[in-house]
Amino acid sequence: MSLLAPSSPHAHRPLSTSHVMAQVSLATLPALGVLTWLFGWGSLINVMLAVTTAIFAEALILKLRKRPWRILMDNSALLTGLLLGLSITPLAPWWLPVLGAAVAVVVAKQVYGGLGQNPFNPAMVAYALLLVSFPLPMSLWPQPLSLQAEPWTFWEHLTHTFTGSLHAIDGYTGATLLDAFKHKGALTAEEFWLQTPVAQAVLNATTGVSLAYLLGGVYLLWRGIISWHTPVAVLASLLILAAFFYGADPSQYASPSMHLLVGAGIFSAFFIATDPVTSATSHKGKLVYGAGIGILVYVIRTWGNYPDAFAFAVLLMNFAVPFIDYYTRPRTYGHARAQRGIK
Amino acid sequence: MSEYILILVSTILVNNFVLVQFLGLCPFMGVSNKLESAMGMSLATTFVLTLSSMCSYLTYEWILQPLGLEYLKTLTFIMVIAVVVQFTEMVVHKTSPLLYRVLGIFLPLITTNCAVLGVALLSLNKNSSFMQASLYGFGAALGFSLVLILFAALRERIKVADVPVPFQGAAIAMVTASLMSLAFLGFSGLVQL
Repeated sequence: MSLLAPSSPHAHRPLSTSHVMAQVSLATLPALGVLTWLFGWGSLINVMLAVTTAIFAEALILKLRKRPWRILMDNSALLTGLLLGLSITPLAPWWLPVLGAAVAVVVAKQVYGGLGQNPFNPAMVAYALLLVSFPLPMSLWPQPLSLQAEPWTFWEHLTHTFTGSLHAIDGYTGATLLDAFKHKGALTAEEFWLQTPVAQAVLNATTGVSLAYLLGGVYLLWRGIISWHTPVAVLASLLILAAFFYGADPSQYASPSMHLLVGAGIFSAFFIATDPVTSATSHKGKLVYGAGIGILVYVIRTWGNYPDAFAFAVLLMNFAVPFIDYYTRPRTYGHARAQRGIK
Repeated sequence: MSEYILILVSTILVNNFVLVQFLGLCPFMGVSNKLESAMGMSLATTFVLTLSSMCSYLTYEWILQPLGLEYLKTLTFIMVIAVVVQFTEMVVHKTSPLLYRVLGIFLPLITTNCAVLGVALLSLNKNSSFMQASLYGFGAALGFSLVLILFAALRERIKVADVPVPFQGAAIAMVTASLMSLAFLGFSGLVQL
């Protein structure tokens, strides 16, 4: 019998960095498809520009530092560009994704010595920088294609991205839903939904995008690429806070489902916050880190200047990660005594 | 009550003295190499900053204003801060040798911390009561401590990173501080004071 199972240990192929990054990139594809389907070609163009710039910038730095080329094969520059391209608006002019990707790779990652040593999430550094520096082009989102009379073709969109000559007609653009809700003024939540006829269509479209991200996130969980701790902590803390305030005054505060499905909630919880480099290390640490992101997002969304605050919340918690790690070091079995109950 | 909470949120997060108003950068860069010394510095600064903002408020209200000597406030506050620091050092030295060993070397450094003078001066424009002025100082100190301790923990991690040679040391610390400052911009608008 040659079918006898050999005794343990059963060696298996370890996870390589390039495999992890490729899987995460693969998991964003459904959302990229849905974004293109619902909002036009913009996201696809953004992603292509950002990915090209990120890889080019990484290659340039590797050449300057005389590092081996195979570092480029770890797919991390590809993923950074992809995440940045997905998070900025489809109507962005070409220099937004290009500038962002260059900043993400050079300033946020390579200055610290490359992948694995950067304290801040590169894509979110770039996003926050663009949002602070160019608030107007960053906050202009197109209406869903279902509301547009004549959607742009791919070439028309490409012309818009590079020359800006095709001015987006007013009916095609608008503030994001979170932005509009934030500046609803004296209206109650109910009046806001009645007075904004397109809101329902926008809500449906963004919900579709969020569900596509959820699909990708579940795939990553299933493949064991990410652990459940961070996304669950992010979404749970956000939802609990939203439910508490919504329960206290439904006419003023956005509902929990809006907080979950509109904006970058699910995208950030599964794809940004779970970045293995910049998130906390231990499971307990990940719960603290994720909960911190959720709370900060709710606070900034509700009372701050920025309608969607995921970039800032993630950066702020990145900043706190070494401190969290310091205090959530797991106990080595058999070394220190377990402290349980009342002594 | 809510007014006091707003003062704390404003001074700790929204108008953080280090990352938003760029005061007190010297100890922020100088004492953030190790987590332990950063904690000692934070403790000493919190104590002195609260006390000195109380004292400078009282000095201004009871001595400078009645005598019409408002133009002397900068000089006077420097004096008050130096006295408070020296007084604290003496008291701690006599009463608690252990605390003195922890805080010891950091206490004289605080005299030259521009955030302490900045808080005393800025507090005059913004606060009208003794309680507000002391909370303003306390909140500023908490904000300073928060970013100093987090930054020190972060710097211990950067120390082992493969940073390119031209960026090693203070340069990468500056880059990190600027990225943190970018993150703190997210708090803008939380509190309008």
